[in-house]
Amino acid sequence: MTAVAKTPTAIKAKQRPGDRVFSASTVFAGSLILVILAAVALFLIAQSVPAFAADPADIVGGEGFWSYVAPLAFGTVWGAIIALAIAVPLSIGIALFISHYAPRRLASPLGYVIDLLAAVPSVVYGLWGIGVLAPAVVPFYLWLTENLGWFPLFSGPVSGTGRTILTVAVVLAVMILPIITALSREIFLQTPRLHEEAALALGATRWEMIRIAVLPFGRPGIVSASMLGLGRALGETMAVAIILSPAAIVKFALLQQQNPNTIAANIALSFPESFGLGTNTLIASGLMLFVITLVVNSIARYIVNRRKAFSGAN
Amino acid sequence: MAVTTGARPFANSLTAGRLPRGATFGVLAASWLVLLVVFLLLQMGGVTENYNLVGALVLGTVLFAVTLFAVSFAVEGSRLAKDRLATILVTCAFVLALIPLVSLVFTVVTFGAARFDPQFFSYSMRNVVGQGGGAIHAIIGTVVITLAAAAMSVPIGMLTAIYLVEYGRGRLAQAITFLVDVMTGIPSIVAGLFAYALFVLFTEPGVRMGFGGAVALSVLMIPIVVRSTEEMLKLVPNELREASYALGVPKWLTIVKVVLPTSLAGILTGVTLAIARVIGETAPLLIIAGFTASVNYNLFSDRMMTLPVFVYNQYVSQGQDAQAYIDRAWTGALVLILIVMLLNLIARIVARVFAPKSR
Repeated sequence: MTAVAKTPTAIKAKQRPGDRVFSASTVFAGSLILVILAAVALFLIAQSVPAFAADPADIVGGEGFWSYVAPLAFGTVWGAIIALAIAVPLSIGIALFISHYAPRRLASPLGYVIDLLAAVPSVVYGLWGIGVLAPAVVPFYLWLTENLGWFPLFSGPVSGTGRTILTVAVVLAVMILPIITALSREIFLQTPRLHEEAALALGATRWEMIRIAVLPFGRPGIVSASMLGLGRALGETMAVAIILSPAAIVKFALLQQQNPNTIAANIALSFPESFGLGTNTLIASGLMLFVITLVVNSIARYIVNRRKAFSGAN
Repeated sequence: MAVTTGARPFANSLTAGRLPRGATFGVLAASWLVLLVVFLLLQMGGVTENYNLVGALVLGTVLFAVTLFAVSFAVEGSRLAKDRLATILVTCAFVLALIPLVSLVFTVVTFGAARFDPQFFSYSMRNVVGQGGGAIHAIIGTVVITLAAAAMSVPIGMLTAIYLVEYGRGRLAQAITFLVDVMTGIPSIVAGLFAYALFVLFTEPGVRMGFGGAVALSVLMIPIVVRSTEEMLKLVPNELREASYALGVPKWLTIVKVVLPTSLAGILTGVTLAIARVIGETAPLLIIAGFTASVNYNLFSDRMMTLPVFVYNQYVSQGQDAQAYIDRAWTGALVLILIVMLLNLIARIVARVFAPKSR
């Protein structure tokens, strides 16, 4: 390195007009990203200010913006957390199946099949959830309340339509499965070959090899993949809007008729008919959602970026 | 259970203390059979009304896992038993994930077939109440809005990726990389709200226009294009660039004539996949493009229907003769899925056809 630095005169590359125009336009496009994101934040804030500043009595519900948005924020986080609790173990299992259990030749087609789940538009998930899943799970919910009703989460009376937050969480889990699976699979495949072979050579069974070589190596990847999945579940709109039968309440029970609504679904349901201050209130709640997802995603990115080996966006 | 520990005359040291090869499938078949019979008896005894096939298979699988674990624990010891249990659980996880996929595809195809007719592709919903009508207005809207979104985000995305890979050094590049990551995480509905908040400044409150939808979609699409293009540009070997410089070719011509053609296949694939990703977005279009029953080609004025919003709208606001609305919703969903699958297929074909010839 030092030898290079000592060269007497650095030859300056000739600047042609084409070079200048081209590099300037790439810089312009790159800066546009900054501008767009700044614009997203600024315009949302600008449109939210009336809702923050308004007289509490004028906001829907009559108790001010924060008590309007609090149950929605609760529903958003609660639904996403249940979805995550369902999706993460499943995704790890699927990722392990594809990376370490399935025959080598089948691995990539099977991965493609799981990726197909990501290709289905969310509104179709919504239709499927309300048309197929919700009626199908009602008997199971009945059984749950009858036998495990003492457990607060499963307390009755059970919803007759199945349009509960648990159904929503199951659909959300299906929707975030592919992203968590894809990332975990990628990191599992990066496990150093020698670690795995060393474990096997010491007489470990396949499961022991996975437990002592693959999972510890992949833990940061699993964590960040889960956070990215959480970010997606938080922002998911249409499936929730179609399936859930909502109410403005804070409640942990999973199977009842009244369920806490989510921010995104509430916007989708109320925006077409909103006007004036109502629109501002909805935009302000969207700003809250933006902040929540931003925090979650930033944490995920921070963990991802500590291991530069893969990026979550593809 | 202690049979195997007894002295066997021809004990093979390699297979001793192991379950025979077909044991797994044997136990699986046996457990399913047992539970199928149990549920048959339950039904004949009048405990359950219909034959509960799902319950039989699920409980049969549980029985299989427990039995195999117990048998393996007795014969092979705890370590191999755990290994078998892990295999079962991992395989079950995979099968479990396939159930929604299969069920969803099956449902959409069976329900969607009802209205999958020429009328669906040639009529709008203008003046249609009850049966009949179609989604041509929604299909046109989807195509127009998505093309507009692609026309905005592909140049910006590609140029940004070129900046990041070929030019970007220092603070700005770092900031852009970070912000592209942030942008991938923007919830789609927030993108819709942004488009609304932007256009409401220039026009009257309650604005709805197709172009706003295109803006919202490009907010979602740009980061995807940047990421995929960036990955592809990074794959171009540096030797190619250096060879070009050595021949005296300017940097921008090197990028345009050497780097981009080499990575063209990957970039096109990425763009197609990005389009497939945003074409199913409902929430932002619901906010800013609105819904209407008529064909509208004009991006800059009035509401514009799109296919995902059509599906949502038909299902949510069912009029009289609800079944006609539900049928249209399912057919819309089927068309949407077909479009997405087609785009995915095109992406794969493009990747094949345009791949660099060196291989």
